[in-house]
Amino acid sequence: MSSYPLLSLAIWIPIFVGLFVLAVSGLAKSWHPRGLALFGALAGLTVTLPLYTGFDIASAAIQFEEFSPWIPHFNVFYRLGVDGISMWFIILNSLITVLVVLAGWKIERQAAQYYAAFLIMSGLMNGIFSALDGALFYVFFEASLIPLYLIIGVWGGSNRVYAALKFFLYTLLGSLLFLVALLYLFFQSGHSFDLLVWRDLPLTLTEQTWIFFAFLLAFAVKVPMFPVHTWLPDAHVEAPTGGSVVLAAIALKLGAYGLIRFSLPITPDASQTFAGLMIALSLIAVVYIGLVALMQTDMKKLVAYSSIAHMGFVTLGFFLFSELGVEGALVQMISHGFVSGAMFLCIGVLYDRMHSRQIADYGGVINTMPKFAVFFMLFAMANAGLPATSGFVGEFMVILAAVGFNFWIAAAAASTLVFGAAYTLWMYKRVIFGAVANEHVQALSDISRREFFILAILALCVLGMGVYPKPFTEVMHVSVQELLAHVALGKIQ
Amino acid sequence: MDADMKFLALCAALAPLLGALLVGLFCRVIPRWVAHGATIAGVTVSFVASLLLLQNVNAGNVFNEPIYQWLTSGDYVFSVGFLIDSLTATMMVVVTFVSLMVHLYTIGYMQDDHGYNRFFSYLSLFTFAMLMLVMANNFMQLFFGWEAVGLVSYLLIGFWFKRPTAIHANLKAFLVNRVGDFGFLLGIGLVLTHFGSLDYASVFQAAPGLAEKTISIWGNTEWSLLSVICICLFIGAMGKSAQAPLHVWLPDSMEGPTPISALIHAATMVTAGIFMVARMSPLFEWSETALAFMLVVGAITALFMGFLGCVQNDIKRVVAYSTLSQLGYMTVALGVSAYSVAIFHLLTHAFFKALLFLAAGSVIIGMHHDQDIRNMGGLKKYMPITWLTSLAGSLALIGAPFLSGFYSKDSIIEAARHSELPGASFAYFAVSFGVLVTAFYSFRMFFLVFHGEERFGKAEDDHHDDDEHHGLAPGEKPHESPWVVWLPLVLLAIPSLAVGALLIEPMLVGDFFRGVIHVDAAHGAMRAFQDEFHGALAMGLHAFTTPPFWLALAGVILAWYCYLKNRALPAWLKARFTAIHTLLVNKYYFDQVYETMFAGGARRLGRSFWQIGDVRLIDGLAVNGTARLVAFFSACLRLAQTGYVYHYAFVMITGLACLLALWLYL
Repeated sequence: MSSYPLLSLAIWIPIFVGLFVLAVSGLAKSWHPRGLALFGALAGLTVTLPLYTGFDIASAAIQFEEFSPWIPHFNVFYRLGVDGISMWFIILNSLITVLVVLAGWKIERQAAQYYAAFLIMSGLMNGIFSALDGALFYVFFEASLIPLYLIIGVWGGSNRVYAALKFFLYTLLGSLLFLVALLYLFFQSGHSFDLLVWRDLPLTLTEQTWIFFAFLLAFAVKVPMFPVHTWLPDAHVEAPTGGSVVLAAIALKLGAYGLIRFSLPITPDASQTFAGLMIALSLIAVVYIGLVALMQTDMKKLVAYSSIAHMGFVTLGFFLFSELGVEGALVQMISHGFVSGAMFLCIGVLYDRMHSRQIADYGGVINTMPKFAVFFMLFAMANAGLPATSGFVGEFMVILAAVGFNFWIAAAAASTLVFGAAYTLWMYKRVIFGAVANEHVQALSDISRREFFILAILALCVLGMGVYPKPFTEVMHVSVQELLAHVALGKIQ
Repeated sequence: MDADMKFLALCAALAPLLGALLVGLFCRVIPRWVAHGATIAGVTVSFVASLLLLQNVNAGNVFNEPIYQWLTSGDYVFSVGFLIDSLTATMMVVVTFVSLMVHLYTIGYMQDDHGYNRFFSYLSLFTFAMLMLVMANNFMQLFFGWEAVGLVSYLLIGFWFKRPTAIHANLKAFLVNRVGDFGFLLGIGLVLTHFGSLDYASVFQAAPGLAEKTISIWGNTEWSLLSVICICLFIGAMGKSAQAPLHVWLPDSMEGPTPISALIHAATMVTAGIFMVARMSPLFEWSETALAFMLVVGAITALFMGFLGCVQNDIKRVVAYSTLSQLGYMTVALGVSAYSVAIFHLLTHAFFKALLFLAAGSVIIGMHHDQDIRNMGGLKKYMPITWLTSLAGSLALIGAPFLSGFYSKDSIIEAARHSELPGASFAYFAVSFGVLVTAFYSFRMFFLVFHGEERFGKAEDDHHDDDEHHGLAPGEKPHESPWVVWLPLVLLAIPSLAVGALLIEPMLVGDFFRGVIHVDAAHGAMRAFQDEFHGALAMGLHAFTTPPFWLALAGVILAWYCYLKNRALPAWLKARFTAIHTLLVNKYYFDQVYETMFAGGARRLGRSFWQIGDVRLIDGLAVNGTARLVAFFSACLRLAQTGYVYHYAFVMITGLACLLALWLYL
């Protein structure tokens, strides 16, 4: 469709611009690299747009494929491509990168390194979403840890070292067994790292079970699923705003993406065998985490917990094995990227002014920041899953799919209607509504043009996806159908 | 014809949205006249389009088409689309007419408020959401409108966001509604699962085929599928239409400005549940369980919420409890399969209850935002138009013969009398006795406000802190409200008086709802009612011989005796029956129980999950425990790493000796 290697450009433009920013800033101390960083992010976004316009929605095949040898001795290939499942995530990631660069416009301390970390991470994330080679995926997957680790550890809050280390060790520990599983598959498949080969590789149920759990450990930490979720609230609390946005909007999607790209196709029988476990863990995420979120006193922790609850819908949707459920889960992933990103940006707006994340320090913000209150209301409602916002679409689809599976599973999932609204709107009430609580709130200034612009873009995304989600799902149909047929068929004849 | 109807439908729905967006986005820069001008223009367009659609529908046209595909997934297609039939068109006319009146009234009512433009934006947004709800031709869009009206209700209850009570009330309203929506969404899920579609037309068509189908929900007990679906859907209606025990949000919603109490919390949004069930009559007719359930819930609400109205002293709360009780009446009508009667009562109620609320608002303006009826009295002299229109509204509400409320309410009572469902006799008793209660609380309020001695002018401090209740200063007298306030009262008084007599024949006996509302032959209440009906005039004359009329009269006389003639009696009753009075004043303790059990329970559970599950077990034991364990082992190992050469040499020699020993002896 296109003669340009779009996916490579989407990966390497941000990385090279990031490296360039680093290099140049060493030469000119007084120069602020934000313009260049924004250019890099915009260029990265621009090259991803043809992925949507040029996408063939009728085909389940890999599109925009690129292929060249990388380490021929071990049959490792530089192999990229997207299908209906991964395509939107590359665009989402590139868009979020632009917004994150804009959100960090005022950063002064080690600005070049800051932008470079985000740009490089953006490229690596695109690599994860487009890699079709197990080894290449693993490299991108692990490499993406480093910039995020640095972002939290260098630009984070007071307890940043603990949070960064916890985040790093948690995820690294998870991915060690992932590597073992990849190597096992490499040898079983006659020395291939090709995901498409692995997809059709016959495996016994025992083998699948081991591989499934090795994958699960790596991906469950990333999602994060109960009970390996406790790194996320700490990481979010300590991360700078941009870090939280990328973490919530993109990094959390890696785990779920791994489940649908690795676990479901490579270990379909084990996935079905352990669907009950996955569903149970997902429901715990919805109910248990929803209640935990209710009691948080720190806004960022609250939104972090709400992220876990929302990701519970993603894993729930996957393991219902119905088209409605899987597509609902994918929609929920995209929507969560917009909504949680926006929620963290909103909290960042407040934090920039008050230097506090404690709900109790606020009250009556609407009196001094009316424009901000409107945006925050919209995103809070999206977080609570109100129709006409993107937050509704995915939850609606997954709950409807769950009713078809089992009424009580659906009932437990639907409890988010109450819990989601309770924790989000209770926070909103305490922070935004009411009379001006103290002189700090009295001194607040409303959002600047730059902040308005960032939030307005996300608002358009949230509303657009809520009012007309069809473009998002129609690209998925064929890929999801094909995946589900593959899972239903299984590998054990 | 269809193209015309599509155009009209789009105009009706989108004109208020356009007004709302325009005013909402630029509310800080546009002058006030643009705000009310633009929104009133939008709603007027919508009202006219609704009338034209009604005309079209009367000519026998029905519009049922998708507008655009919202989402596709697998075999499922979710569309946004409109269904315009007699039921929809009726609702549209009611919604847009009351909305127009309220828009007009708001110009006067909110003139001193800083949030003037914002308020108009919300009003129009609500009108749009409500229209989307009633015009939907599928469950998805129904749910969309359902939640959207909830959102606007939330925003409007909390309109005065500085008041702690207002922002508590709006959160409560939203959450209680969400409990209802929980059931509603599951019902929709069951519909999609078993019918394979969310379009009304295909679902209703397939319903008879699934009437015998059972599903096992719990253990081995088989439930009728349609019963489960209908009860789930009705739980949604219980939230939105404030049926016991999900009624607790409605009285508190009175924290919002009065115009929206009239529009949202009396005339339109709260009746969405009633409308929804009437729309779903082809489903509900297959489930006697669901019908009986509705009947009992409605009867309980009708009677017991009426009692609460008798002890309230806030003028708006009295009307709010009256609304709850009247919604109970409508639910009873639904329960006895008299859907058309429920819609008929919805229609008349929308007029007279909006009138009563707006009149209460007019009184509140006159009283300088004092809402306590104990501080009023004798206002008739100062506010004659408000007095007269209130009288019309109250008489309509209590069912005085020939007024609109009489026709609709008597029809409900008659239908309940004819019903043979389990619980029907209780319902009949509840709705009949409810007439007495209604008359009593209505005229208690009416007499306390407009008649008797003048008790106002006792406000202790007259500081005019905006948005706060203050009241008239000593010596100050109330005045009649400006024309933008009283004109809507007059315009609403006309249908409150006349619409019942005019419409009862076509709506209840004629075939206005043919093909829209489905009543099974086994449910004969409505047919028996129709057999006995001999015209509106005869029904009005016959009323004088039936118990409801005498009960209503007794209620009025009782109120007159208690609050004008012998004011010592209520105090004596209160002292004599302290327990009952305390129970009523505390609203049967629903709020307290919910606050402790559900809100408190969720908080306690959340805290213990967090502190025990996350902090102590996962983080404390597993995560940091692992780290501590590693640290412990490395500390032990570190003991061996002393750094002295002779230690290492000693270990090496010992090891060598051991190996040698092993080698020698094995």
